[in-house]
Amino acid sequence: MLKDITLGQYFPVNSSLHRLDPRTKIILLIFLIVAIFLANNPASYILVTAFTLLMIGLSGVPLKMYLRGLKPIWFVIIFTAVLNIFLTPGTKIYAWGYETPMTWEGLFLAGKMALRLVLLITASSALTYTTSPIALTDGIEKLLKPFSKLGLPTYELAMMMSIAIRFIPTLIEETEKIMKAQKARGADFENGSILRRVKALAPMLVPLFISAFRRADELAIAMESRCYQGGAVRTRLHEIRFRKQDAWAMVIFLLFFAALITLKMFF
Amino acid sequence: MNSMIKTEHLQFAYHTEGEEAIKFVLDDIDITVSPGEFVAVLGHNGCGKSTLAKQFNGLLLPTGGTVYIDAMDTKQEENYWDIRKAVGMVFQNPDNQIVATVVEEDVAFAPENLGIPSQEIKKRVDESLKTVGMYELRHHAPHLLSGGQKQRVAIAGAIAMNPKCIVFDEPTAMLDPKGRKEVIETILKLKNEKKMTVVLITHYMDEAVQADRVIVMDRGKVLRDDTPRNIFQEVRFLKGLGLDVPQVTELCYLLSKAGIPLRHDVLTVEECAEELMKLL
Repeated sequence: MLKDITLGQYFPVNSSLHRLDPRTKIILLIFLIVAIFLANNPASYILVTAFTLLMIGLSGVPLKMYLRGLKPIWFVIIFTAVLNIFLTPGTKIYAWGYETPMTWEGLFLAGKMALRLVLLITASSALTYTTSPIALTDGIEKLLKPFSKLGLPTYELAMMMSIAIRFIPTLIEETEKIMKAQKARGADFENGSILRRVKALAPMLVPLFISAFRRADELAIAMESRCYQGGAVRTRLHEIRFRKQDAWAMVIFLLFFAALITLKMFF
Repeated sequence: MNSMIKTEHLQFAYHTEGEEAIKFVLDDIDITVSPGEFVAVLGHNGCGKSTLAKQFNGLLLPTGGTVYIDAMDTKQEENYWDIRKAVGMVFQNPDNQIVATVVEEDVAFAPENLGIPSQEIKKRVDESLKTVGMYELRHHAPHLLSGGQKQRVAIAGAIAMNPKCIVFDEPTAMLDPKGRKEVIETILKLKNEKKMTVVLITHYMDEAVQADRVIVMDRGKVLRDDTPRNIFQEVRFLKGLGLDVPQVTELCYLLSKAGIPLRHDVLTVEECAEELMKLL
């Protein structure tokens, strides 16, 4: 059950989005998010949606995967939509009671908000589906590099992130093992009030923490014996490089962004 | 010829505050390991064998005496990285020594730390993975591998530094029989084909039998330092330390004690079968 959780959700195929420098993808995602929030009229919404669909197409990841990524937020989308439809003042469509009629304005706002949320999640998934956790941390490290002059330990941050990702499956496995061991001795994680269930978690968390500390200790020794000395002299097996295709991606994005601003100003 | 590892009156105590009497975990240890040699260290739990292993690449420094690695004193700070490079370490728990989320990236960890150019790293990684027979799985996620495979990745990670010597600290203790076999075969391959010096800390007798030399430790002291054949003859002595002997050795020992004329120094199943055939 716990094993179904996948973090990072990397989908390993070879597409043009996969081949882009992670830095390009991170920067473009940030600007795409800005673009999604800038859109304010139907034309600009259509443009942003079209661009996101283009990205889905280029990513080589099946649409099904993106829809699966939306699953956990369906509830949020519908909930905010319902609130918007009924709580926005404006032209009445239909009213059940005295207050809170359904309005046209509310309907539009609900549609806009829902579209925004869906686009945000889809665009972010496009990054995590096409970029391996290692490439992602590498990209973040390189992007934060300028801040290392201000004393930000960028390399160490990236190392911490990648070790955290590395140990997620290991710790999940361990949690399952501990849970089974506790269940075998009569622990009950599934029944009773919420308070009781939370209490039942304590005897599971304590061994998990102890073992995590032991692991950290052993990992530190293993890293040290493999000449770990911080980021100063470190080189990489796969150096990330800014290539021609990254320049093209940037150009295409700039055109899109310019078109969006134009639509926003003139319509 | 220079010795690969040499300890002179090595003593070591963990710092314990408030305790008056210092208890030495390692006490006056003098051992030498020659280049290309395969030495097994045997001992009961808590006899100091893991502590000894950590002395061999400067993870721990002697409280008294000296450790020389390839003629470099571990206490001298300028030797620090050269010693780490010369001696690779493989530990007991394969999960806790794998750093990256992809096999290939993990093997690259040590050469990356040493600041080696990407091209050269790629070459070393491929070579190391081929040596341990994990090349086909180089793009896999380590947590999906079996214990034996993970441990072979860890070995590849150590040999990617191009060390002269590898110290194994109970590498098979957490593995199933199949994984143990894979790891031991890899160790023998390193010794025989790559001519690497191997120090294997273990409590499996059948692994120690394959070494050139066996060192028996108890309570921080070296009790025996001899060939496996000579060591395993002393069945009573080993049993007294809470150690086992290989099953065939014990069989021959018991039979000869019962008055059947058999050699005492039988180590392998084949030898034992041969001896028994002679009787028939």
